[in-house]
Amino acid sequence: MALALFLVPLLLAGVAFVTPSERWRPWLVALGGALHLVLVVLALRTPEVSALGGWLLLDPVGRLILALVSVLFFLCSLYAPGYLALRPERSNRVFCTCLLGFLGTTTLMTESHHLGLMWVALEATTLASAPMLYFNRNRRSLEATWKYLLIGSVGIALALLGSLFLAYSAFREGLVTSLLFEDLVRDAPHLSRPWLQSAFVLLFVGYGTKMGLAPMHTWKPDAYGESPGLVGALLAGGLTSCAFLALLRFYQICSAAGEAEFVRQLMVLIGLLSIAVAGVFMARQRDFKRMLAYSSVEHMGILVLGMGIGGAAVFGALLHLVNNGLAKGVLFLSAGNIHRAYGSKLTVSVSGALRRVPVSAALFLGGFFAITGSPPFGPFLSEFTILRAAIDSGQLVVGGLLLALLFVVFVGMGATVLSVVQGEPSKTLAEDGFRDGPLTVGPAIVFLALVLLLGLYIPPPLDALLRDAASFVEGGS
Amino acid sequence: MREAVDPLLVVVLLLNFAILGTSRLKAVIERSALQGVLLGVLVVLIHGGFAVQTTVIALATVLIKGVLIPTLLHRAMRDAEIRREIEPLVGYITSLLLGAVATGGAVLFARVLPLAPGHVGSLLVPASLATVLTGFLVLCTRRKAISQVVGYLVLENGIFVMGLSLLDAMPFLVEIGVLLDLLVAVFVIGIIINHISREFSSLDTARLSALRE
Repeated sequence: MALALFLVPLLLAGVAFVTPSERWRPWLVALGGALHLVLVVLALRTPEVSALGGWLLLDPVGRLILALVSVLFFLCSLYAPGYLALRPERSNRVFCTCLLGFLGTTTLMTESHHLGLMWVALEATTLASAPMLYFNRNRRSLEATWKYLLIGSVGIALALLGSLFLAYSAFREGLVTSLLFEDLVRDAPHLSRPWLQSAFVLLFVGYGTKMGLAPMHTWKPDAYGESPGLVGALLAGGLTSCAFLALLRFYQICSAAGEAEFVRQLMVLIGLLSIAVAGVFMARQRDFKRMLAYSSVEHMGILVLGMGIGGAAVFGALLHLVNNGLAKGVLFLSAGNIHRAYGSKLTVSVSGALRRVPVSAALFLGGFFAITGSPPFGPFLSEFTILRAAIDSGQLVVGGLLLALLFVVFVGMGATVLSVVQGEPSKTLAEDGFRDGPLTVGPAIVFLALVLLLGLYIPPPLDALLRDAASFVEGGS
Repeated sequence: MREAVDPLLVVVLLLNFAILGTSRLKAVIERSALQGVLLGVLVVLIHGGFAVQTTVIALATVLIKGVLIPTLLHRAMRDAEIRREIEPLVGYITSLLLGAVATGGAVLFARVLPLAPGHVGSLLVPASLATVLTGFLVLCTRRKAISQVVGYLVLENGIFVMGLSLLDAMPFLVEIGVLLDLLVAVFVIGIIINHISREFSSLDTARLSALRE
């Protein structure tokens, strides 16, 4: 089971590579997404999923993130055929292969309980996503891909050094030298402190780069801005969540070692910094796809801030992870449609989207309200949980700053979004241009419905999953 | 065979300086490749003898870091028709000095950290940190795409040296996985470099500046 979960997508990636038909290949991606979803549902119903002598093990947090990635990928894969049909001028062979490869490697990442294997899987996701960023084959996407590859690879190289430091902290004390998660958590109280702390700093910088936390976020606006909306959704909702999972693993090891205080302070600091940086760059942002990238920086900041606050905020952060992933799906897919309809993603040339592509524009607007934490959408609930935990535990300054920064983001993002959807469309647009179609808006509608549902009612299975994950992260069984 | 480890690490450190001090891209690629080959030899020296695992890792290291990656980079260099790094952001003398400072800093830092009994007085940890810092220096100060990739490779070499002290923690599968990831990374980077040189008629990354706030 554990093996099938990631081998099936990888196998299909191979099949996609040798399939000659440009028309049927995208449907193969959709088939891969559907098969994966079925496998994940089966895996979630199985009490224990493990393989390779404990190297692969699906723990509660892994289950949560795997479920999110699977739903996200499935809906995005339904969008792929419609989108790729609009781009007949390019071969989609590499694109489809990489999409499925991306699914396989992210799945492997969520299952890895060996920190070395986890590193290999996460680096592989970087490599699988780079060719997708370069889909548009122009100078700007080339620049974005270069930055993404180089910054991402260097960041993750630091994470590898950090993992080795962690292993050394066990080696130094004569403990079992391994990078198996269980061994490290068990031996955590005896690990060598200076090595452990250096390791955490390196890991935080390394995996933080992959997550796109400020000040290591510089690749993000370029990468999300220049790639197709579908890739943006997968990166902002899926890949960053996996990088967050990596941080959670080390958070657990450090708290088991009694270093929780040190780790939490770092997380609160970087979390607030990320939200603040995002707020600054989102104000008067003229490129609406880059704006979404800064929104992703902001929400990654909220996730680590939630972990830093601790207590009930951990549950809030995990719920926010799900909300953010789904809301990013709405935003990136609808932004991609608007981009197609106008041939531009700058607010100077895009206005009146509600008239030109009414459904996509309405979804974009809905996604904006959802992601900025307006009731009744899901993110409101999760941000509120984090805020309340901050106030309940007496961290009033942190809570106050969070509230103020969220307000700044709301205003900044609102200005850009409203100028896109309102007004009159420019007269120079061709009449026969892109219009909303069922395949291009359908997945985004489902995403928005899910975000709305999570704000009103959390289904019991998801609630149980979230509670298990939170207590697992907090050091329970 | 362990007494040969430190002298080899000294050679690795000297190669760091050799990489920092030259503008010829061909020489930079070859020196980083030589570092890769030395790492393969170090695997055998440190883990004593030719057990199957050790041999496979050593061979894979030499093959990937010493042969395949340099070949890919040489090809990228030839296709782009460039030979020299021009006007690095920091001059060669200055970067040599910075390299010396980084190496000194690495030695001092390694003294602060509590080393395992077997590693006290050994060059493993300082050499690793110094090589990582050198890689960073090359990455940040050079402008040609190929030099930046070499910087990344030197950084990876430094991490590999750290891994040498911990074979138990980095089992076979992971070690090979890391090497494969590296190979694929350079392969993808090679393709991107090729496109950069075609689109911009240059490999100067300073020209990649359309995307900014």
